[in-house]
Amino acid sequence: MASKHTLSREEAPPQWPLPPRHRPQLADHKPETLTAYLATAPLGDVDIADPLWWETDTHWTFFKRLRDEAPIHFTSLNSERHRGYWSVTRWADIMAVDTNHQVFSSDAHLGGITLFDMDSDFIMPMFIAMDQPKHDVQRKAVNPIVSGANLAAFESLIRERTEAVLDGLPRGEVFDWVDRVSIELTSRMLATLFDFPQEHRRKLTYWSDIATADPEVPGNLQKEERQAVLLGMLQEFMGLWNARVNDPEPKGDLISMLAHNPATRDMPPMEFMGNLVLLIVGGNDTTRNSITGGLKFLNDNPAEYAKLRANHALIEPMVSEIIRYQTPLAHMRRTALEDSILGGQHIRKGDKVIMWYVSGNRDERAIDSPDAFIIDRVRPRQHMAFGFGIHRCVGNRLAELQLKILWEEIMKRFDNIEVVAEPERVPSAFVKGYKSLMVRIPA
Amino acid sequence: MASITYVEFNGTPHKVEVPDGISLMEGALQNGVPGIDGDCGGNAACATCHVYVDADWAGKTGSRSEQEEAMLDLASDVRPASRLACQIFASGDVDGLVLHMPETQH
Ligand code: HEM
Ligand code: FES
Repeated sequence: MASKHTLSREEAPPQWPLPPRHRPQLADHKPETLTAYLATAPLGDVDIADPLWWETDTHWTFFKRLRDEAPIHFTSLNSERHRGYWSVTRWADIMAVDTNHQVFSSDAHLGGITLFDMDSDFIMPMFIAMDQPKHDVQRKAVNPIVSGANLAAFESLIRERTEAVLDGLPRGEVFDWVDRVSIELTSRMLATLFDFPQEHRRKLTYWSDIATADPEVPGNLQKEERQAVLLGMLQEFMGLWNARVNDPEPKGDLISMLAHNPATRDMPPMEFMGNLVLLIVGGNDTTRNSITGGLKFLNDNPAEYAKLRANHALIEPMVSEIIRYQTPLAHMRRTALEDSILGGQHIRKGDKVIMWYVSGNRDERAIDSPDAFIIDRVRPRQHMAFGFGIHRCVGNRLAELQLKILWEEIMKRFDNIEVVAEPERVPSAFVKGYKSLMVRIPA
Repeated sequence: MASITYVEFNGTPHKVEVPDGISLMEGALQNGVPGIDGDCGGNAACATCHVYVDADWAGKTGSRSEQEEAMLDLASDVRPASRLACQIFASGDVDGLVLHMPETQH
């Protein structure tokens, strides 16, 4: 058996294209077949980072086994692609890693915050992928802009955008909720917050998709094309920044606020860009997939949908439950800066450590009936979808506000929205989400 | 048992009894005091239990740990009196304590 440590870049130099992936030989890739396989396969024979498990939504069985049998588990299968990684799957262990930033680094130069290493030759400086002290300086500059107090100013605008999207929906006709609502709303919202030209708002969605897309997935852009797209994005934002920095007074949008705030005004352009991109990417598919997930969960749980219809005051706790149940970012990754012991396992300097929030949010040791979707939980906010510690999501209040307004406006208009088919899912172990969800609003 | 008064940002006070050994974040949640969220369950890992300790009490409530310091550093409207309520525990020492809340939690 291979030793349990992440291979160094010298031991496993980056190869392009990636070497072929080892996968179980199965009769078919139906969810039932895959779930049955994961229920009994030797743990070492499974690479849960393989997009297959995410596209088919079959990873659950494996994570339950890891939580029970091997809560800190090393995967060497396919290490020629990912160098090998530790999976941390219990709530308490994830909390221990997320709050130990002294040992577990987010630094882009060590590979960053996702299971697959960031391109070492194209690093945009973003504080999500930085350690102290620089992380703190940059985060503090951005923080006030998305703080609860500042967001109050955006509430009526967010509501107007939401109303417009919902009022345009067809009745008695099947349509794609992802395209018509989830993407439409998040892109309008981002365009509003950044005062980006509304007619080009889908560019924001496109850039965000490109920035987070796993280059592993067939059909996604390859490295050079991806870099070219992102550079184009930087140029466009540079134009907006230049126009706004010269306004005599700051306007109400986030770019203008950053351009005029003494703490951010003098940031080197690349750093400003990195942080802007981080706000766009961070707030895009996470919120989008929560919008889609919520509707799916209510359809899968008619009793909960009935509770909501009877009592709209449940929207607030429901929003937190949707975010827990969806867990839009399945994991965050860290790199060990020194040797340590975690849950009895020896983690060596240089090892990749994956905090599987998707598993922690279903840990029966921390959450009652974790596999049930319950919109009136006693402590709905106690979930780990936003992470913990110094990197905890800075946009959590904005995400919650958007979802709260959306559900308030939905419930004002539609008594029922039916999901008519299983969703198509994103094949990624990082962005956990949907490509489409076909629905109908009864006429 | 300690009698704790939590004062909302808008000035509304909530006086509750918190059993010894229970954190003042838990004390707020268990008594339905609004304005404290406690998202991380008391691990000094979310900063949604940010409060201001009245100056007269600073000596009784102890000092910030390194982790608490790191989290507070990233919260909004942090002042010298800022603490995380989950890191202060009820005891006779803090009987009568008054805590003020910020406008919003992180
Ligand atoms: C439901 C929606 C969202 C989810 C589930 C989510 C999830 C996360 C997670 C898991 C992290 C990393 C936490 C950690 O490493 O401990 C994070 C960080 C971050 N998120 Fe979000 N996010 C959401 C919405 C947003 C929004 C709307 C924005 C933009 C305003 C945003 C901006 C960021 C930024 C800038 C960071 C980096 C924070 C840091 O490194 O200090 N997120 N988010
Ligand atoms: S409850 Fe999370 S920091 Fe206090």
